[in-house]
Amino acid sequence: MTTSTGVRKLPERPLDLDGHLRTYGPPAFPSSTAALTAELAAAGVVGRGGGGFPAARKIGAVGRARTVVANGCESEPFSRKDRVLLERSPHLVLDGLLVLARTLGAEPVLCAREHVPEAARRAAGERGVRVVVVPGGYVSSEESALANFLRTGVALPTAKPPRPTDLGVLVHNVETLADVALVVRLGAERYREQATRLATVTGDVARPGVVETRASATVGDLLDLAGPTAPLGAVLAGGYGGRWVRPDEPLRGSGVLAALRADRCGLCETTRVLRWLASQSARQCGPCRFGLPAIAEDFATGAWDRLRTRLPVVTGRGACAHPDGAVRLAASALELFPHRTSTHPVHCGGSR
Amino acid sequence: MKLGVDPVACRGNGSCADLLAELIDLDEWGYPLLSPDDVPAHLVREAKGAVSACPALALKLRR
Repeated sequence: MTTSTGVRKLPERPLDLDGHLRTYGPPAFPSSTAALTAELAAAGVVGRGGGGFPAARKIGAVGRARTVVANGCESEPFSRKDRVLLERSPHLVLDGLLVLARTLGAEPVLCAREHVPEAARRAAGERGVRVVVVPGGYVSSEESALANFLRTGVALPTAKPPRPTDLGVLVHNVETLADVALVVRLGAERYREQATRLATVTGDVARPGVVETRASATVGDLLDLAGPTAPLGAVLAGGYGGRWVRPDEPLRGSGVLAALRADRCGLCETTRVLRWLASQSARQCGPCRFGLPAIAEDFATGAWDRLRTRLPVVTGRGACAHPDGAVRLAASALELFPHRTSTHPVHCGGSR
Repeated sequence: MKLGVDPVACRGNGSCADLLAELIDLDEWGYPLLSPDDVPAHLVREAKGAVSACPALALKLRR
């Protein structure tokens, strides 16, 4: 299921090194960091791990880079795009990683989970890239947790400052690096004309899975492709730390969509996700450790007034953005499902 | 100067809110809610006292 025109990040079949070079040709290595960042800025490459931060500005924030990390951990439970990308086009990711690492004079590292696709492991071996398997849950692949893990062996987020870039560690999502690999080949202008993004569509749709689509695609475009199984009430966009949106919004964040039928209770779904997010707290920061379970139980029991006072207290107070994501999700649920607050949890069956 | 807290180091001891009630409140779990404003000149001494009294060395004054 693909709607892209022009150069794709996801080939129909997995590409080994020969196939990769036949398809894309060799990467061009930029003459300097300044040349690379100028090209990436002109191309409009942004982080595809969910942050959406301009890649050029992140590179510009690194003083002396020691390590460039391709983040292929994909901790987001609904997301499969990074795994599919690493299975089918590992060399495109490695091209982007090696372009950055060589230009900045840093070591390239591919961070992934234990079940790293075999194709990616083989490709990394062929290209001399170290693969680091990252243990732990949802927050262990947040960029400060990865920088911490590489430096100390502890995969937990750290308080900022210092940011990973302050420590010479530049972390980019694997899809962002595939974009870098295309920009150095095509140039900013041609890249922009055919830029795509990967997304995972799941939930109440007929054809769940990973799609490659125009970078400008809306939530609705992706839902049309995946085929809703019934009238939809809302879509969880950006994954567990994302927001409930209506189908006509632009696609932001990590490219994950979970469709929810109109006859299902969005507050029950939100409760389930919030409980999971609470379970994934690293339990380092008090407002996250205690606040997320409290918010989840407010949703489970329908304590709406208390919730409205709690949400602003919890956000922005962790070492990482984990609590902020949970609060964002909770706030968007209150915004999109106000009609459910009178029936949840008593008349909708409660939270499973 | 502004107040800041290292959220990982903070253990919710709460002494900061005792020593600097004008600028620090505690949430329902005992963790500090800091005033985002500049520390006014007449409270800088108290703020420095709260920073040095934090048993977790989590409270900071940042320029």
